[in-house]
Amino acid sequence: MAHKRHRSASPEGWKVAGRTSRALFPLLALILALCLVPGIPESAAAEKPALKWGGDTEGGAPFMFADPADPNILIGFEVEIVERIADYLGMRAEFVQNGWDNLIPGLQRHLYDISINGLEITPEHKQEVNFSIPYYRTFLQLSVRRDEKGITSLEDCTDKVVGTLKQSYAYFTLVDAGVKDIRTYEDEINAYTDLQNGRLDATLFDAPIAIYYAGFNPEIKFVGGPIGEMEYGIALRKEDTELLRKINEAVVHLRDSGELRRVYDRWNLWSPVMADLFQDFSPAKEAPSRFQEWAEHQKPEFTLTLRLKRYAGFLPILGRAAVVTMEVSLAAMALAIVLGLVLAMARIFGPSPVSRLAVLYIEFIRGTPVLIQLFFIFYGLPHIGIKLSPFVAGVLGLGLNYAAYEAENYRAGLLSVPRLQMEGALALGMSRWEALRHVVLPQAIRVSLPPVTNDFISLLKDSSLVSVITMVDLTKAYGQLATTYYDYFGTGILVAIIYLLLGFPFVRLARWTERRMAVAVHGGATPGGTGRNGKYSLGRKPASY
Amino acid sequence: MTKVGAPLIHVENLCKSFEDGEVLKNVSIDIREGDLVSVIGPSGCGKSTFLRCLNCMEYLDSGNITIAGVTVSRTGTEEHLDRPFLEACAQMRKNVGMVFQSVNLFPHKTVLDNVMLAPLVVKKESPDQARENALRLLAKVGLKDFAARYPATLSGGQAQRASIARALAMNPKVMLYDEPTSALDPELVNEVLQVMKDLDAEGMTQIIVTHHMRFARNASDYIVFMDGGEIVEKDDGDVLFTTPKNERTREFLRHFTEEVA
Repeated sequence: MAHKRHRSASPEGWKVAGRTSRALFPLLALILALCLVPGIPESAAAEKPALKWGGDTEGGAPFMFADPADPNILIGFEVEIVERIADYLGMRAEFVQNGWDNLIPGLQRHLYDISINGLEITPEHKQEVNFSIPYYRTFLQLSVRRDEKGITSLEDCTDKVVGTLKQSYAYFTLVDAGVKDIRTYEDEINAYTDLQNGRLDATLFDAPIAIYYAGFNPEIKFVGGPIGEMEYGIALRKEDTELLRKINEAVVHLRDSGELRRVYDRWNLWSPVMADLFQDFSPAKEAPSRFQEWAEHQKPEFTLTLRLKRYAGFLPILGRAAVVTMEVSLAAMALAIVLGLVLAMARIFGPSPVSRLAVLYIEFIRGTPVLIQLFFIFYGLPHIGIKLSPFVAGVLGLGLNYAAYEAENYRAGLLSVPRLQMEGALALGMSRWEALRHVVLPQAIRVSLPPVTNDFISLLKDSSLVSVITMVDLTKAYGQLATTYYDYFGTGILVAIIYLLLGFPFVRLARWTERRMAVAVHGGATPGGTGRNGKYSLGRKPASY
Repeated sequence: MTKVGAPLIHVENLCKSFEDGEVLKNVSIDIREGDLVSVIGPSGCGKSTFLRCLNCMEYLDSGNITIAGVTVSRTGTEEHLDRPFLEACAQMRKNVGMVFQSVNLFPHKTVLDNVMLAPLVVKKESPDQARENALRLLAKVGLKDFAARYPATLSGGQAQRASIARALAMNPKVMLYDEPTSALDPELVNEVLQVMKDLDAEGMTQIIVTHHMRFARNASDYIVFMDGGEIVEKDDGDVLFTTPKNERTREFLRHFTEEVA
């Protein structure tokens, strides 16, 4: 395997994480993300203090991504840099997954102590965090189709369709250049695919991305020189000045010892602007071995058998992610089912203030996006001293949200039970609670069950939102694998099938329960209510309740 | 007809209003144990509300009701419904069985389970005891073979008889019926009325709000005529139907002369 070769070639490499722990690496990250276990104690490494670093594995090559040769292993030039820094500091690098958009909030939430993932040193960023001295400098690269004759520079693009990442430096550069039709993407792969199939005339991306997503592609060529300039730094919390000093010391050491240069050579990321930054104008010290490995894996002439073999290799990763998805969904649904019932009862049967509170809760929760609620719980609550683990925050966020919907499902069920049923039970001497429990609820559940099941299926899918609070669920794993292999199609089908399989038992279960419970009701056994208020009505309850 | 001692049911100055007006105005009546009493009157006269007040399905506004030693009393609507009051109401419901106009058997339970439910839940009877009792009562109302059926598969008359069995399972001291036959097809009415006659023969105290004048006249010990929220007249069926004392009674009964003659 390529790594082993590389390890022996570079004695300092990968010292921090031995071979076993590297194999365990994604698993470790997963467990960390779950916050079930604080960390895996490992004989030699455990004695060293942890350097917790945050990044997004979905960020893709060459920064950090799943190794195409073995998707259980995280590789990338930044992974190598951070390992070397930790090594220099006598620490143990400990990776924490977080969505790229949230890397800085995650830092402030103390999920990790440093973040390294192509974070540009910009005035806006510097207001929130401190940066180390830059470890990498790069520029924007314009790419076009091979047969394109009309575009040779950014100036030729004003009337063309140009794609780039949303809210990126490249995007604002395009705006400044007066490009009228800018298409923004979440993901570089899709932009380059659209360039190739003609939806875009050009793309503008950070050079490393351009090299890794188009550099090997004969259908695409680079045009024009370097555009703009940007520097990546390691982000730290403002108050951690001592750690900043140490990190800077490490970066300087690695730069001066030529260690960083070798990393960039291997990853094919050395460029004239880097030579300027490091004041190192010597020829390459190593062959671009890691880039070639990557390019090798991007070759389209993949046979079906190879492809299937690759997908089989995905299964452990997707399996673990599916467990996360399932755990979050089941726990959130359990919460939603119980809390929803309480809310529905409070709304229908509670005294006026309680009932109003329930309505307020339901309307408020339904009226705001669940994504915002998750952000608020995970990143907002720590401001008032409530720090929840990602798992608890995810379950709370989804559970509290779905509870509002379940409450309405139950309410529909409860309202569908004629008021006479309650009266009949009360007239038999039952208390209101006994009547609800034995007479009204069993009938209401029958009506509520189908929509509740539907909600569970949709919760299963909404659980993908937990990736914004650092968890690696099925959708996140899909993104990681797809960016690594440039394959949204096959991986997408695979993940869709897994979602279907996860949801299927619940669909069947619901059908079965529905059938079982429907035994009694063959078309309207209960005549409609004929009391003063035919059915339960909000806010106006007969005295006998 | 000549029983001694205090009346089983004692109602004094019972008043009840809804948002849309006064429904019961100072209703007072005593009913002896074992009596079968029919309550008749034009719709909106308050007879159903009267019945519903007796087992506290509606809380009275003022007055007092005593049934089998349990008293529910209130001085006015401004009086807070305190715990003793609500407990008295709960006790009242246990003592008083009620059958409604529209069938309200629990559709998710079999006939047998319908009858067993309240004894199990409220009286905490053992399942064996409850089942034995329920089967006995179902046999009594002629539904022995229907125990395992679900309510949806019963005819209206069978369902109403099952409702009676269900109420009887709580061993009530009084049975109330709120127009139990008016939602039934005519040919099914008699099977329900027959059950009440049988119960009367066993000494059950029963009050029936009904439009079924022939039954009221023939089966009741006496008939109460209500109009405008008041008890206008109360008398033996034959007397009331032939020589009513009050003009309003006469006016009302005129519609029924053919049926009762």
